[in-house]
Amino acid sequence: MNGSTSPKHPLDSLLRTDRIPHIWCPGCGIGTVFSSSLIAISSTGTDPMKTAVVSGIGCSGRGAGYVKLDSYHTTHGRAIPFATGMKLANPELTVVVFSGDGDLFAIGGNHFIHAARRNMDLTVICVNNLNYGMTGGQAAATTPHRAKTSTTPMGNPEGPFNLPLLAYACGATYIARWTMLHTRDLTQSITEALTHTGFSFIEVLAPCPTGFGRKNKLKNSDLLRIYQEKAIVKNGANPAETILDLEQGITLGKFVEFDRPTFADNYRAVNCD
Amino acid sequence: MEPAVLTGEHFLNGDVACAEGALAAGCRFFAGYPITPATEVAEHMSKRLPRVGGVFIQMEDEISAMAAILGASCAGVKSMTATSGPGFSLMMENLGLGIAMETPCVLVNVQRAGPSTGLPTLGAQGDMMQARWGSHGHYEIIALAPSSPQEIFYQTITAFNLSETYRIPVLIMADEIVGHLSERVIIPESSKIKLQSRPRPTGRKDRFKPFHPGPNGVAPMAHAGEGYMVHFTGLTHDERGYPAMTVEAQTEMMDRITGKIRRNLDKIIQVERYRLEDADVALVSYGISSRSSQAAVDEARERGIKAGLLRLLTVWPFPEDIVRELAKRVKGFITVELNLGQIHLEVQRCAEGRAPALLAGHVGGSAITPEEILERIKELVSQGK
Amino acid sequence: MKFWRVPLDTEEIVITRGVVHIIEDRCKGCGYCIDYCPRGVLEASRRFNNRGYHPPEVKQPDLCVNCHYCEAVCPDFAIFSVEAPAQPTSELPSK
Repeated sequence: MNGSTSPKHPLDSLLRTDRIPHIWCPGCGIGTVFSSSLIAISSTGTDPMKTAVVSGIGCSGRGAGYVKLDSYHTTHGRAIPFATGMKLANPELTVVVFSGDGDLFAIGGNHFIHAARRNMDLTVICVNNLNYGMTGGQAAATTPHRAKTSTTPMGNPEGPFNLPLLAYACGATYIARWTMLHTRDLTQSITEALTHTGFSFIEVLAPCPTGFGRKNKLKNSDLLRIYQEKAIVKNGANPAETILDLEQGITLGKFVEFDRPTFADNYRAVNCD
Repeated sequence: MEPAVLTGEHFLNGDVACAEGALAAGCRFFAGYPITPATEVAEHMSKRLPRVGGVFIQMEDEISAMAAILGASCAGVKSMTATSGPGFSLMMENLGLGIAMETPCVLVNVQRAGPSTGLPTLGAQGDMMQARWGSHGHYEIIALAPSSPQEIFYQTITAFNLSETYRIPVLIMADEIVGHLSERVIIPESSKIKLQSRPRPTGRKDRFKPFHPGPNGVAPMAHAGEGYMVHFTGLTHDERGYPAMTVEAQTEMMDRITGKIRRNLDKIIQVERYRLEDADVALVSYGISSRSSQAAVDEARERGIKAGLLRLLTVWPFPEDIVRELAKRVKGFITVELNLGQIHLEVQRCAEGRAPALLAGHVGGSAITPEEILERIKELVSQGK
Repeated sequence: MKFWRVPLDTEEIVITRGVVHIIEDRCKGCGYCIDYCPRGVLEASRRFNNRGYHPPEVKQPDLCVNCHYCEAVCPDFAIFSVEAPAQPTSELPSK
């Protein structure tokens, strides 16, 4: 019954097992989101050889280093434009961007909005841990108002983005938000996003006990309890009405799914037809 | 579909000739952002690429343009971007990534006068040291300097070939004057254009190490989607591509990415010698300034001064040995460039005090004239008396 | 398992069963698998793994219904379950 005689973990075939254990802290939710992503990748039935994972910098950005697929760990914020070049150069590839909130929405915010506007055929999975974890828990573009971080020791004077609304305004054609606890829904959403043609965006809340938790007096599983208790699942909700408030509630669900021509479709239509 | 190689005689400006050179070299992906005086490269690519089965995309900034061409190259497509000073600064970040990931691509800088926004419509050669050291960390780079539309056509092909051979981003350090100068450009038959491709892996996919160097120090490159399951990172990495945070790994990686250039200098560096055999005064120049330099050499010779020109087609890596050899026999050097002394510093360094090294340069905004150079030649000669 | 009213098809319903496997040396002791197992199969062990964490251990093996939630929630790829021979609902032990 114990580890010594275990068969292999079902995801081992998609993991660079020689690099496990990974660098993520005890209680960090990135590994769970990563795990859901791998389950989704293996369940879509697409050829894993034709799937590439691109990451930026930060804790979540390390994801690319653990997946046994073609994987590219790029510069801070630049995963989306790198992935854009890769997808346009080889349209047969399924290109997944796996990165964090700081990477995708602060330093990389400009690239996110333009890739969504173009409806670039990418799947963007954003692990939102509400702060910069890798550098020790600084305020991010997603940190709640008044939350404490190492650069907002008296509380965050700023407010966060509403990421699904941002993605919707920019033109994303698949938008969902889950927490790492909602593994089945999350996996389902990632599977849908991978097969969706166009710019898909999934925000996943995951705890950062070391960075965000410690400074806000939230123990290892406190944030998970908040995710569980405050979750309001509203599939199809108007992204403008979704909330992410650790006290008021967290709207989860698949909010948006529709088709419109991708960059590549329009490029062909304009230039070649 | 149109032919990629427009064989024939054309009247093109440098920017357009550069774009045609890229297409002739097999470039099929261009990501860019409008910037004077490089915009015409992007404009021409936007028109031509769809007609030869390639992709053009105008990105949201130069940071993303540079990132996109790396992504495209990692998927196996020859790729290029073109910019000028302000955009060049933004591209330094992902230029470093390309160097660390050993990803072939070509970056064209049609230089204008800086710093900052500077003189957008007027030429300079002020980014030469930035080309060498602009991205953080220590590395080697290859930079070429074209002096005419015809030369930028050929140098763009050379840039792709070097980039593919050594798996490194290659810079074309043009300038506004060459970019906007229209001259005759002869495009040869495609069968006459020799193209190089990056080394490619052979053997078992599961044993492939993406950064294990081949015979010439360059590792074969596997592309996304081929089943090699490669990992590329900007972190210091071992031969498997895995991050390795040790002095040993750093030493090994640095030896690979600098060694593949340092150990192949004779294959990379190209210079032209003009009336240099018996020269007392050696001009060292590149790009548009080398044309004025050539005229100055002729004028000096008419006045009985034995001048010659060392024209750098490859600026980086700097032809140290050639300048060192020259320093043993010439009476002095004059570096001719549109800045206040950048390559001049290299010439000084390699002259090692054996021969005086002067600068004929100015702040940019106009080409240097043969008369200005001649004045410096006379100055050097009078110093020697 | 006790029902206040026994469904007519009880005998036909087969509840899946699972066997939990723990890769102890991958565990970082976050305890999520223990906290979120819907059947209370796991508990923290007193043992240390090679990284100094207390991995979970199986307290009530018979309760596992092979829902894979421990496997899905574990951030460290350290736990998973595999299917065991099924048993009829009536024989399922109470929690």
